Amino acid sequence: MRLHPLTPIARVGRLVPALVLLLLVSTVHSKAENRTVETDYLIAFTLLSAVYGYIHWMVTRWRFEGGTLRIETGLIRKDSRRLPLARIQAVDIVRPLLARLLGVSELRIRLAGSGGTDGKLAYLSEAQAAELRLVLLAGHIDTGAAPSSNTGLPMASVDTARLLASVFLSLVTIVVIGTVSALAILDQFEPKTAAAAAGFLAVYLLSAAGVIWRRLSGQYNFTAVEAPEGVRIRRGLLQTISETVPYGRIQAVRQVEPLLWRPFGWCRLEVDVAGATERNQRGEGASVVRKALLPVGSQQDSWHLLARLLGGPDPERTSPPGRARFKAPLSFHFLSAGHDAGHAVCVTGRLNRATTWVPLEKSQSIRRVQGPLQRPLGLATVHVDVAGKRARAEFRDRAVDEADQLVAELTALSRSARLRNRKAAPPPSGDAAPSGWYPDPAGRHEQRYWHEGRWTEHVADGGRRSADAPTSSR
Amino acid sequence: MRRAEVVTISVLLAVLFGLLFWATQGPLAGLISVAVVAVLGTTLSWFLRRRFRAWRYRERNEDLIVARGVMVQRLSVVPYGRMQFVEVTAGPVERLFQLSTVKLHTAAAASDARIPGLERDEAARLRDRLTELGESMAAGM
Repeated sequence: MRLHPLTPIARVGRLVPALVLLLLVSTVHSKAENRTVETDYLIAFTLLSAVYGYIHWMVTRWRFEGGTLRIETGLIRKDSRRLPLARIQAVDIVRPLLARLLGVSELRIRLAGSGGTDGKLAYLSEAQAAELRLVLLAGHIDTGAAPSSNTGLPMASVDTARLLASVFLSLVTIVVIGTVSALAILDQFEPKTAAAAAGFLAVYLLSAAGVIWRRLSGQYNFTAVEAPEGVRIRRGLLQTISETVPYGRIQAVRQVEPLLWRPFGWCRLEVDVAGATERNQRGEGASVVRKALLPVGSQQDSWHLLARLLGGPDPERTSPPGRARFKAPLSFHFLSAGHDAGHAVCVTGRLNRATTWVPLEKSQSIRRVQGPLQRPLGLATVHVDVAGKRARAEFRDRAVDEADQLVAELTALSRSARLRNRKAAPPPSGDAAPSGWYPDPAGRHEQRYWHEGRWTEHVADGGRRSADAPTSSR
Repeated sequence: MRRAEVVTISVLLAVLFGLLFWATQGPLAGLISVAVVAVLGTTLSWFLRRRFRAWRYRERNEDLIVARGVMVQRLSVVPYGRMQFVEVTAGPVERLFQLSTVKLHTAAAASDARIPGLERDEAARLRDRLTELGESMAAGM
């Protein structure tokens, strides 16, 4: 089947803002005689991309073939993908502004065992996209439950007034407003200096305005819905995004309470989700995306979500010894940390109080760091690192003997948490286990796909899939 | 664990600077610069010797422990199962002394398990052992 006939227009339409900007810049900069030439270039460019969009639409086809969805595209460089329905983990619908105006939407398909987008259908008509999404998820038998459509158990939502207020009470906005009013005051007394300063600051102000705008439009009409495979999020003003955060891939949960929000009891909930483990050039850190699970919400909303995500009672927290006040005079007030068999939790920060929960089974390494200021005080910090660049839990400024004990305890607990996780594998003779990715029984790969009572040749290592026939058949 | 490379570098630098200043500023400046570089090099090598002495590692049944640092003391516990890959590098000076650096990569950017200045054979042994252990206990993300 072909994509929606309006696809070329929607695709080219994505370039329109950039083109308009270019046109504006060129008209401002150049004199009348040059302008025609540059406009010609732009028109030629637009035409070319329109032709390209049309050809792309002509050669892109998708169809169902047995249990797989097949997407073929490309005129010069052919690209043909087969997406087995049984392995589809999530289907996201993205609708940029222009696509919404044209009544089309984009479908992004993610397979189990990988983080990125594996298949993309841009664009389909809205009704078709919604229908196809259900069909795709129906072929996904992992959960056993009937695939929920767009409705599910609502977990949290953000109303517009609160979003506006929260964005207004953020640091960026206050800096912008402060700067603008300072400029306005300066303008009264020294117009020349004010003009110069405004010219100098214009770039920064514009980019700050961009940040504010992105926050507003990106998180507008935010709703989180509970689905069998994870938390489903819908958000967006101009471009609506519906995405899924799978429970199993959450590396850390952070609750942030900025100073200005604290009087209202608001907080932000963020999760670090492991994506495709394609290594970057230095090979450091898998790609882990930080996502807002709740851009702004009350403590109750947050606790509700947290209880669902952590699936257990909150570990008890303790404060560091009183002498840590000398090392961290400002944040000492908030510092606390604790752990139980499943999670480590810690509170850090003064202006932005952040509480981080880390599932111990996800811990990548445990570190103990003692700086020159901590040594005379007999203090040390213990870190629990999880995948990603920034995510970690910090037991900051604990007494040395406690820190040593923590290192040993956390190491042992993480190990047993990992092992517990592994035992979830179905026994090779068990037959009723649901299809899905499980640790490879042969141990040669990280995961192997279990389908209809037997191991298949599909294996995955760090998110990369390959084929390797199972040796021990039953 | 060796710090010979630091001594080499500072000697090389001393000679280089000495010659440079001798040529441009005359013999006195040359001698002074040699002395300055020598003092700096000695202090630095003293620091580095302490640093390298503090660098320890231990292979346990399920994890590798790397401890380092004098001013800021760090200790990392990295389970073999979390290892993504092992990197063995040897810079030009390290090669001169038949040394290499072994680095253990996990999915977390912060886990800091680097062991510099290993003898080449020891580095190869450690690499093979880590790879083998990592494969048998792989837990990925």
